[in-house]
Amino acid sequence: MTELFLDLTSAGLLAAGSIFVLIGAFGLIRLPDFYTRLHAAGITDTLGAELILLGLMFQAGLSLVTVKLILISLFIFFTSPTATHAVANAARVMGLKPMLIPDKDLENTEDR
Amino acid sequence: MRHHLILRVVSKMLIPFIMLFGLYVQFHGDFGPGGGFQAGVIFAAAFILYALVFGDDQARKVVPDKALILLVPLGLLIYALTGFAGILLGGKFLDYDVLSSDPTHGQHLGILVIELGVGITVAAVMISIFRAYAGRTKAIDKEDW
Repeated sequence: MTELFLDLTSAGLLAAGSIFVLIGAFGLIRLPDFYTRLHAAGITDTLGAELILLGLMFQAGLSLVTVKLILISLFIFFTSPTATHAVANAARVMGLKPMLIPDKDLENTEDR
Repeated sequence: MRHHLILRVVSKMLIPFIMLFGLYVQFHGDFGPGGGFQAGVIFAAAFILYALVFGDDQARKVVPDKALILLVPLGLLIYALTGFAGILLGGKFLDYDVLSSDPTHGQHLGILVIELGVGITVAAVMISIFRAYAGRTKAIDKEDW
């Protein structure tokens, strides 16, 4: 009974993670400019990967593998938003303007 | 430099773990995937990340060029001396079996020491290559960011 419950939870989490990764991949192709695409890629990195890792933890049970998976998910949780931030920041500093924001809204953000 | 705040905080938090993982790959190399080369690159990546985020000058204070010049041949020397130790103890060049009374233990010890030499040299060379590129031109002025 517990086995079945664990397998179902794991399958649900893996499916949810895969769906987020799929949505991220669609977004990466379909969205119009750099920042919106970065937003889609960020979802793939964090939510998709974290859910898949969580699903794998339910498969591994209480073992050393789960400890390693927790560590991996912790590091992904910190590093991929930072990487996304660094890329977006670099683009903004180099003067790339978000496509969907009108120019008058950008005026106050020039000095950072 | 203000907009580098997030990068600085996260790198400061992660650099010890990158080094720890480098050591794990180094000394776990004879049981699983890993070894001296990979560990050296991971270990050097920690220093390169530090140099990228905190600046080349700051990184040169942590690992001076003089230390790198010493570390590159040191690793090679460890490798070569382990090889000659095999000859001196009555075996062939790089013969691990004679390093200890028990051949299996000798092989274990030999691989560990050799990989340590490889790791030291690779890490030092990687940092040197990065320095050679990073130190090529003047640092970018604050206004030009």
